[in-house]
Amino acid sequence: MNRPGPVKPAPVSLYARREPVFNKRIDGRFRRLKWAVMALCLAVYWITPWIRWNRGPYAPDQAVLVDLAHRRFYMFGIEIWPHEFYFVAGLLIMAGIGLFLVTSAVGRAWCGYACPQTVWTDLFQHVDRLIDGDRNARLRLYKAPWTGAKIARRLLKWAIYLVISFATGGAWIFYFADAPTLQHAFWTGSAAPVAYATVGVLTATTFVLGGFMREQVCIYMCPWPRIQTAMLDEKSLTVTYKDWRGEPRASLKKALARPGSCGDCVDCNQCVAVCPTGIDIRQGPQVGCITCGLCIDACDRVMREVGRPRGLIDYATLEDAEREKAGQPPSRHLKLIWRPRTIVYFTVWAGIGLALLFLLGTRVHTGLTVAKDRNPSYILLSDGSVRNAYTLRLRNMEGRPRRMTISIEGLPGARMWSDDMARVAAAPRLVREVPADETRVLRLYVVAPATSAAQEFRFHVQAEAQAREQAAAPAQFDSPGGAS
Amino acid sequence: MADRKIDEATQTETVGHEWDGIEELNTPLPRWWLWTFYATIVFALGYVIAYPALPGISHASEGLLGWSSRKQLGGELQAAEEARAGMRAQIAATPLEQLPAKPALMRAAVAGGAAAFKVNCVQCHGAGAAGSKGFPNLNDDDWLWGGDLRTIEQTLIHGIRQPGDDQTRMSQMPNFGSDALLTPAQIQDVASYVLVLGRKEHPGASSGRGKDVFATNCAVCHGTDGKGSRQFGAPNLTDAIWLDGSSRDEVVAQISHPHMGVMPAWGTRLDPVTIKMLAAYVHSLGGGEAFAAPEQPQDP
Repeated sequence: MNRPGPVKPAPVSLYARREPVFNKRIDGRFRRLKWAVMALCLAVYWITPWIRWNRGPYAPDQAVLVDLAHRRFYMFGIEIWPHEFYFVAGLLIMAGIGLFLVTSAVGRAWCGYACPQTVWTDLFQHVDRLIDGDRNARLRLYKAPWTGAKIARRLLKWAIYLVISFATGGAWIFYFADAPTLQHAFWTGSAAPVAYATVGVLTATTFVLGGFMREQVCIYMCPWPRIQTAMLDEKSLTVTYKDWRGEPRASLKKALARPGSCGDCVDCNQCVAVCPTGIDIRQGPQVGCITCGLCIDACDRVMREVGRPRGLIDYATLEDAEREKAGQPPSRHLKLIWRPRTIVYFTVWAGIGLALLFLLGTRVHTGLTVAKDRNPSYILLSDGSVRNAYTLRLRNMEGRPRRMTISIEGLPGARMWSDDMARVAAAPRLVREVPADETRVLRLYVVAPATSAAQEFRFHVQAEAQAREQAAAPAQFDSPGGAS
Repeated sequence: MADRKIDEATQTETVGHEWDGIEELNTPLPRWWLWTFYATIVFALGYVIAYPALPGISHASEGLLGWSSRKQLGGELQAAEEARAGMRAQIAATPLEQLPAKPALMRAAVAGGAAAFKVNCVQCHGAGAAGSKGFPNLNDDDWLWGGDLRTIEQTLIHGIRQPGDDQTRMSQMPNFGSDALLTPAQIQDVASYVLVLGRKEHPGASSGRGKDVFATNCAVCHGTDGKGSRQFGAPNLTDAIWLDGSSRDEVVAQISHPHMGVMPAWGTRLDPVTIKMLAAYVHSLGGGEAFAAPEQPQDP
């Protein structure tokens, strides 16, 4: 009785509280590259839906438009119909292989420069610096009690986050409808509910992912760093701290006091301070490193100040690192890029691209599909001839109305009429106008002489006088005579 | 609990059982799980009160909301009916003759007619309206009583040989055989002549004799040339369509004791708009005739 209860040890938690990252402002070649890529990405994202493209009176004049309502996809001079969706699939496959290609050639360049999470996190971190000051000021503010001034600053900062998030979420919907019209409808409250819902959701996700979760998205949510771990090899570029040159690290003072016994690293921690994901690159390659190169900029500046050669932290391949450790000069990276792996990726990537271009260049803008009536499969007419009924779909994939000639091949003596005309006008060929950019459905009756046996034949359509613009579809003609 | 047993390794209480030296830890459920569980209990209680749930002897409890699947279906049916009401009103207001000139209305009528056909007409005329022996094929261009919209509607409303309907289409072919109006030999001869008319046999002595029998007994309805009469619903005997079969036996049977088709008068069972839509559908099957058109020229 009354045994003293055992002392419970603190349970090991799988959850680690986020350490906020207050990355320092830095300037340098990679920072400037990052600015340029960010500007380009944001400009492309925000400006693209507003580019106009004249397609005549029958199609929308927005250069890039995913018209879900009419199931069309417009991209400058290219118009994709639903049955041509393989173009989009091909582009997606190219994007995937392109990512492999880039990764095998220049490492995690996508993560460091072009990934939306990186771009928007960078933007939000810049807002942090703008409102709260640089690293030290932000650290101080973080630890400061919640005074009115701190609350005001926070509210201002979050308001700016919200404006950026709203601009981000809001721009997305312009890809799916005429941008100026939708813009007006949006602000007057007459846009579709799905538009508001989309803007709401994307604003919220941008606000949360870009404003608050930041590097946690890369480390915990994104699958790509984990795939890349498998994709990188000894010839892929990574940000490398050259420990063989830097270690043992010592402060500048100590190093000057004992020349020769210390490495180049002066342990200034600048590489940690500027890192947008808050890692210490000197601990080696890690999943949190997005290889943006800001630590290289920081280290290069310090090396310049202490009069040592740049590149203590630098983009290097594992192979380079080994060579350098052994005292050999590093190989040129351009030479490393051309190796079987990148060549295979590039060949596949370019092959798909060329195939898509070829298909794009040779595709026909006229289409025909035929569905035969099966119940009844044939009708005997009073004069003994046999009638079969078909539903034809004539596709006009050009931005103007076109006249199409429908004819029958391989059914001697056949005549046809459609449900929009009198039976007495039955003829061996019919001409119908198909509206611009539309599919016209036509119910067609084909009559063949009594002697006709069941057989295969073909419907053929020819658009105006355009030689290449034709299509054909096989069909079956049934008759009481049975198979020939 | 008097004797709490604590697991050494995890410092967690056990449930006190032991199986082959293995003990079960009494790890408490997470708080969120428990609250979710309690919430489901509360929800279930509310559900039982609000919806029919508790079984009784003859009825289940009705629930405070008064919901039933039957009522829900009724509501859905009514909503569907209301959604169609506008189009039905327009069809009702449009004279049948003008229906083909309004494509949207005509399409709606044909679609509605196709649905009504599937319910009321397929039993005799077949799902594709192709009919069968004795039941006319509505797809072809042969019409016993006429094939324009108005005539089809009239046939639908009053039926064919419908007892008790004074406007029904009525005609009667005498039982030439069973009533002994013709001798078996005469029947064979006139059958020969009909088969020659229908280009099923070549002329011969029998058909020559049959021609006279035909002129005396049959021409009054089927016409001297055998082309039939829509006034009496008398079939055209010279075309390729044989409602009751084209073999000699079948023709002889039809002369001896004719089969006379009966179609119900749908005017007493279906509302006028549905009948209008049915007429539009049957007319659209490929054999529909234009109004006031003389004999349609055959495909040359």
